[in-house]
Amino acid sequence: MTQTETHITDYRVYLWVLLALLIFTTITITVTWIDLSAFTVMVALIIASIKSFIVLRYFMHLKFESRMFTVFVVMVLSIYVLVIGLTFFDYLMR
Amino acid sequence: MTDTITHSYLENTGKYKGLLSWLTTTDHKRIGLMYMYAMMVFFLVGVILGEIMRLELFRPGQQFFNAQTYNGIFTIHGIIMIFTVVIPGLAAVFGNFSMPLLIGAHDVAFPRLNLLSWYLFIAGAAIALTSQFMGNGPPDTGWTFYAPYSTQTHTNVVAAVFGAFVLGFSSILTGLNFIVTIHRLRAPGMTFFKMPLFPWSIYATAWIQVLATPIVGITLLMIIAERWFRIGFFDPSLGGDPILYQHLFWIYSHPAVYIMILPAMGVITEIIPTFSQKRIYGYRAIALSSLAIAGVGYFVWAHHMFTSGISTTERWIFSLLTFVVAIPSAIKVFNWVSTMYKGSISLKPPFIFALGFIFLFMIGGLTGLVQGSLATDIHVHDTAFVVAHFHYIVFGGVGFAFFAALHYWYPKMFGRMYNFKRANIAFGFMFVGFNLLYFPQFILGLMGMPRRYFDYLPQFTTGQQISAVGGWLLLIGIIIMLVNLFSKKGAKAPDNPWGGKTLEWTIPSPPSQENFDTIPQVTEQPYNYD
Repeated sequence: MTQTETHITDYRVYLWVLLALLIFTTITITVTWIDLSAFTVMVALIIASIKSFIVLRYFMHLKFESRMFTVFVVMVLSIYVLVIGLTFFDYLMR
Repeated sequence: MTDTITHSYLENTGKYKGLLSWLTTTDHKRIGLMYMYAMMVFFLVGVILGEIMRLELFRPGQQFFNAQTYNGIFTIHGIIMIFTVVIPGLAAVFGNFSMPLLIGAHDVAFPRLNLLSWYLFIAGAAIALTSQFMGNGPPDTGWTFYAPYSTQTHTNVVAAVFGAFVLGFSSILTGLNFIVTIHRLRAPGMTFFKMPLFPWSIYATAWIQVLATPIVGITLLMIIAERWFRIGFFDPSLGGDPILYQHLFWIYSHPAVYIMILPAMGVITEIIPTFSQKRIYGYRAIALSSLAIAGVGYFVWAHHMFTSGISTTERWIFSLLTFVVAIPSAIKVFNWVSTMYKGSISLKPPFIFALGFIFLFMIGGLTGLVQGSLATDIHVHDTAFVVAHFHYIVFGGVGFAFFAALHYWYPKMFGRMYNFKRANIAFGFMFVGFNLLYFPQFILGLMGMPRRYFDYLPQFTTGQQISAVGGWLLLIGIIIMLVNLFSKKGAKAPDNPWGGKTLEWTIPSPPSQENFDTIPQVTEQPYNYD
């Protein structure tokens, strides 16, 4: 119980993450000028997912924590995907 | 430090005396008892409302009150019983009292958060109850608050919905507390697969509480937003979709059934090896079936909506998943029975209540499949058959398991025994009364008696009257049980009255404030009777 692990991340890592997030934000804005028709939302969501992944992994320390937390996050996201998916079996197939 | 350990948790040694010492406690055992006392009051109110409904239904036509009052009564009966009794139920009372003892911990991981959960529980219940006396009369939507009616009725839906929302927060925080406790505070050497099975069921339950409850929270707020700001979530005239409400509501409320029943199964799994003096049969299968029930149980919600106009694909998928969830439930039942086989069975009250649970839960579970099947569901949907099935699971299952747990851990809770003969008589009244009350509802439902009706055709009279008599017997049983347990002090309880092997039986009855003088080192499986 008393163990406390600290992890010090190099500032350069955070700067790279920041840079990556800014680049992805620029891409998000840029693609709005391109007509992707049905894929517009999908592309925006994929870019947002990559950004969330980076934030969770570095800024929220999932990379450095026990693997248990990664399991929890993946489990919760899987449930979310399944719930949305199962609901849309109704809406898309009525 | 060593001084406090010698005091029982029921003695006051802190800054405050009397009631205040309880209201400011962070001791998991006291908080468990506080949940129990509060729930007992709510339960009795719910029972009285149920008996009143049975009186109204004693004969066809109007007896004592009109249809609108009847709607209000079944709504508040449902809200009280579901949100303040059976959902927190075993998890809040015995999850708090027994789970830290079973895993060899001094307390839960966040004791103050635990007390906050209790206050939120009381606040939520108070808000829901005041909905009866404020505004334009009691809500008349049923406990499910189905839209668009709940967004249009002039009755006081907002307060009831907000009460349920606050109760949800209590549930989420309790779940979070239990997950962290089980991960971080197990005694040294107690791996997950050396943990007793009640904490396993509490663990599975806690995940559902954390993951499912926020969905109903936000859904209830959407009702308030639609009522106050006319935002069209559910009302078609505002551009909303009423089926969306049903999806969102049942995405929580079906897993909520597993929040109720999983700890009940956990209790039964503790009681059966103790009173059979035999190692539990299929330890891993029971542990993992709890997770399987929690996991699959999350994905069966649309079986409440087979007749609502959802897509055919959705219907068969959810019918299939509903049948799948029956498998881990059956695994447990077969393992309980196999544990008893060739055991040295001692027919004490906790075990008798546990047997009652298995019998009633089996009837409730199997009749659930009648509704999970698409064709038969069309016939029984919205009839008294559903009422009977539901009560067999929630009262016959959760209720009887709660009473089993109470009789099992009562000596540990209060350091006193109770009269076995009176406990058995109470069980007899309750078991016979329960079946007389609810079994006729299966038959009435198959004959076509709709649920939630305050009047009925003459051919249903006999069944309704048998139900009413059953209700009276059940009430007599409950009164005998409560008088037996709480009217006067019994003989002093030994530390281990039932010959149990789990950690709570190694400490004094009642336990000290710190539970364990020194945290035990666990080396063996929990049910090592051989």
